Amino acid sequence: MNNLGITFVATALMLALFFFLVRYDRHRAVTAQVGFFRRNGALVGTYLVLGVGIWMLFTFIMPMVFMVDLSFHHKLPPSKVGGPEDVYTLDNYRMFLFGSTTSTDSLNWLHLRSFFMTIFISILITLVTFAIAYPLAYYMAQVARMQVLRLLLLLLVIPYWVNDILRAFAFRIVMAENGFLNQFLQGIGLTHGPIDFLGQNIALYVALCYSHLLLMTFPLYNAIEAQDHNQIEAARDLGAPWWHIHLFVVMPHAKPGIASGMTLCFMLTAGAVATPMVLGGPNSLWFTPIVYDRFYQLFDWPQGAAYAIVLLLACIAFVFGVLKLTGLKLGEITK
Amino acid sequence: MNAQKINSALVSLYLVLFFLFLLGPLLVMAVSAFNTPSYPQVWPIRGVTLNWFVQLFHDKEMLEGLRTSVVIGVSVSILSVAMGLAGALVMTQLFGTSRAYYYFLVVAPVLIPGIVLGIATVVFWRDFTGLLGLRSLLYNGTVLTILAQSSFVSSYCMLIILARLQRFDVSQEEAALDLGASYPQVFRDVLLPYLRPAILSSAMLGFLTSFENYNATTFAILADKTLTTVLASRVRMGSSPVISALATVIVVLTILAALMFEWVKRREQRRQWSREKEARESERLETA
Amino acid sequence: MTSAIELEKVRITFGTFTAVHETDLQIRDGEFFSFLGPSGCGKTTLLRTISGFVQPSSGHVRIGGADMAGIGPNKRPTALIFQNLALFPMMSVAENVAYGLRVRGVGKSEREARALKLLDQVALSPHAHKKVSALSGGQKQRVAIARALAVEPKVLLLDEPLSALDLKLRQHMRRELREIQQRVGITFIYITHDQGEALNMSDRIAVMNAGRIEQVGHGREIYANPQSAFVASFVGESNVIPGRVAAVGNGLAHVETPLGRLAGRVGLGPDGSAPIALSAGDEAQLFVRPEQIRLVAPDQPRPACGFGARLRDLSFEGSMTHLELDAGLGMPCNASFMTSNAGALPEIGTDLALQFDPLDAIVLRQEGRAA
Ligand SMILES: Nc1ncnc2c1ncn2[C@@H]1O[C@H](COP(=O)(O)OP(=O)(O)OP(=O)(O)O)[C@@H](O)[C@H]1O
Ligand SMILES: [Mg+2]
Repeated sequence: MNNLGITFVATALMLALFFFLVRYDRHRAVTAQVGFFRRNGALVGTYLVLGVGIWMLFTFIMPMVFMVDLSFHHKLPPSKVGGPEDVYTLDNYRMFLFGSTTSTDSLNWLHLRSFFMTIFISILITLVTFAIAYPLAYYMAQVARMQVLRLLLLLLVIPYWVNDILRAFAFRIVMAENGFLNQFLQGIGLTHGPIDFLGQNIALYVALCYSHLLLMTFPLYNAIEAQDHNQIEAARDLGAPWWHIHLFVVMPHAKPGIASGMTLCFMLTAGAVATPMVLGGPNSLWFTPIVYDRFYQLFDWPQGAAYAIVLLLACIAFVFGVLKLTGLKLGEITK
Repeated sequence: MNAQKINSALVSLYLVLFFLFLLGPLLVMAVSAFNTPSYPQVWPIRGVTLNWFVQLFHDKEMLEGLRTSVVIGVSVSILSVAMGLAGALVMTQLFGTSRAYYYFLVVAPVLIPGIVLGIATVVFWRDFTGLLGLRSLLYNGTVLTILAQSSFVSSYCMLIILARLQRFDVSQEEAALDLGASYPQVFRDVLLPYLRPAILSSAMLGFLTSFENYNATTFAILADKTLTTVLASRVRMGSSPVISALATVIVVLTILAALMFEWVKRREQRRQWSREKEARESERLETA
Repeated sequence: MTSAIELEKVRITFGTFTAVHETDLQIRDGEFFSFLGPSGCGKTTLLRTISGFVQPSSGHVRIGGADMAGIGPNKRPTALIFQNLALFPMMSVAENVAYGLRVRGVGKSEREARALKLLDQVALSPHAHKKVSALSGGQKQRVAIARALAVEPKVLLLDEPLSALDLKLRQHMRRELREIQQRVGITFIYITHDQGEALNMSDRIAVMNAGRIEQVGHGREIYANPQSAFVASFVGESNVIPGRVAAVGNGLAHVETPLGRLAGRVGLGPDGSAPIALSAGDEAQLFVRPEQIRLVAPDQPRPACGFGARLRDLSFEGSMTHLELDAGLGMPCNASFMTSNAGALPEIGTDLALQFDPLDAIVLRQEGRAA
């Protein structure tokens, strides 16, 4: 069976599982349920089925299944696809681990290091972003007066809709060798020569943090805002020191917001394409450009798919890690 | 007293630093858009010019990219609202295990890196359009980008609409039915007007998200060009104040849009307040 | 007289839970009919079954003689006023009222004219173009009524429509509802857990408890002749005195109770005309209302139907004075009097002699221990 065949079968299985579950739930339901088309009418019912069906099947499930399937194939010219040479293989993953499709002698340090550095730095950036955003979110949610709050929200929205490339570009201007920041630091006599922010990837990390600051701030703000201010006052009256209040009163309550901000921030940082492209120094090896190169330098799509899946697995692991750590459900962090 | 003063000074300092970090780079970039040197710089100011803006508006490639971006943005926004709305409505009709399964599937696109979605879309649609014999029609960057972006923008739209839907009072729907409305009429007259604010804001968000998206787009766009991909290639080639000029335009538009949004919101709120005041007034007369 | 609504062996279950047990009921044309019962007894469920939102698990619902099985709420000649009113916030007052006409395809100018006329009837025409959020609670109430009447239903169903209003307004709306009903002449089915409301407005009342209709009848009838222990204590208040029937005769039953031998009328059976068959030796309960109990002055001889009790508490509530008595029943016994300024009130802790007229008391068979 070819890739598409596999994709259709797997998708059909997922659909079948869904309908089975629906039947099962209906069977267990307490109240008699009105049938779907009776409940919605033929017109709206058809719209709902088509809307969800097209969205899920054609833009999400089938492409994902296809990509997973493709990652277990060799790169072949179109004429040979589906032919006797089109066999399942782990070579693309072996390539990621060992740098060669045949030997397993030495690890593929170049890619592995890049992968783990990306994950590690993304986690660090997520934590730093949280540390920067938390006080502001708390201030806006619990302290600021209405007028101040409106102003702050307005100021926050402005950078939100500037895209990643322009943000990165702004940092390139600010942090270039003869850029504003170096001029400024030398001007006030703090440094003597220019600092190579770009070459040392400092600009990259700062810009990644900058890019996702707001994505961290908004969920945090929403979560902290939902807390009753009296609880915090009560803790303060009881003489709890400020760090204690934040750690044991505010943060547990804001847990879903924290988890959701961190998840978003991590995922977008690890999966960032634009920022590393614009700001990556010569020795930067963010993982996404490597994936990009599989596709548009080597034109080896199966291998690119395998690399993308590796990245996806890391993100899934992170999400599940966060859920496990916080004891939350998926529904609570995607509000 | 003194501790409090120090405290509030620290808070102010933090706020100033935060917003300096947030807005400073944009400000520096905006200033460089008005400075004459052809390498974007802020200091020294060699002369004030609007030249870079003029160049921007004569930049064929950028304008072309802008057009594609708008086409994609509008399509994504329409598609995603339609699909996200359907997704949210179906969610309210599911229970138990099937609901959990469904929820997992429909929010997953939000939790998957854009580049993965972009790649998946390209590889699948290359073969799928081949199978359908529609490759010449559908297998192009604009269509693929619309598809790739729709998968996760729809999830955003669904989450926004769902949040409002969960506060919906079902007896409204029942009241309309009871008065003789058919199901499609209930949908049109009661549910849609109720969801209107959420639909509008998700359409807006969908457009903006699509407009500024790069991660999924860069894979799915193939030979076509959107504003962001044009920008990306320019930035890769080198720095130019034209790019600063573009960023400045975007920032100004954002500010205007935000102010307008705020104004509309306040007006609506004032109307609501005056209605509530009126209600309280007649309440008082009634019980007097 | 024809039946507007007929329930035949209707039973409603949610999964394994039975919300309404098998019920037969006929509601007459043009009647103001109330369901009275405590929270959770199945009133709303029954109403939603009539309006078509809930399907009975078995049995038939007929409206105007036609079986409603398989007919959706939008095709039934009923209109429901929801507990929370469920007005449409995005429409103006007039649009709300005209909505039922709009979905029936009535032209714009005609439906506007009819909406205005209805609004006029509930004194709201000056507010026709406001949004509903600009109205007070009572005004919203009237919009809901006008909206329901606009579709000219055969039956108007009202689910505790006054519960959200404050006391004074509630009293006013009771009168108004009754007037509207008499003017339009259609059947009103009214749900409430407030007995004052039910007794005050209804032609007939069905008293419900735990998914069963315990008694149907005129308010006075139910008050005077409760047919079950539940009705006796839920509609008005009753003291319950358990005992064993000693003798029956002349429509009276003499009951041997812990308070001595007392007597009361033999209660009526389910059909409401014949008394139940009680005979000596049956376990029974005697019900007597607090306001039927009288104090016997200390110098008078102890009457035939009297008992002694110790005064435990006394509360003065303006026109009425309530006594809480300990008669040795294991639960307090209550008595109420019109407050009289002449004569001193008894001291708490004193022993009192009390009596009641046997014609004011009811004797029913002990429930749950029937043979
Ligand atoms: N859809 C449903 N699924 C399961 N149980 C239900 C459902 N609707 C009602 N019930 C149950 O049926 C019983 C009767 O409910 P109903 O709403 O009819 O009571 P009610 O008499 O109207 O009470 P209230 O005065 O509180 O409105 C309740 O125990 C309720 O929990
Ligand atoms: Mg109820």
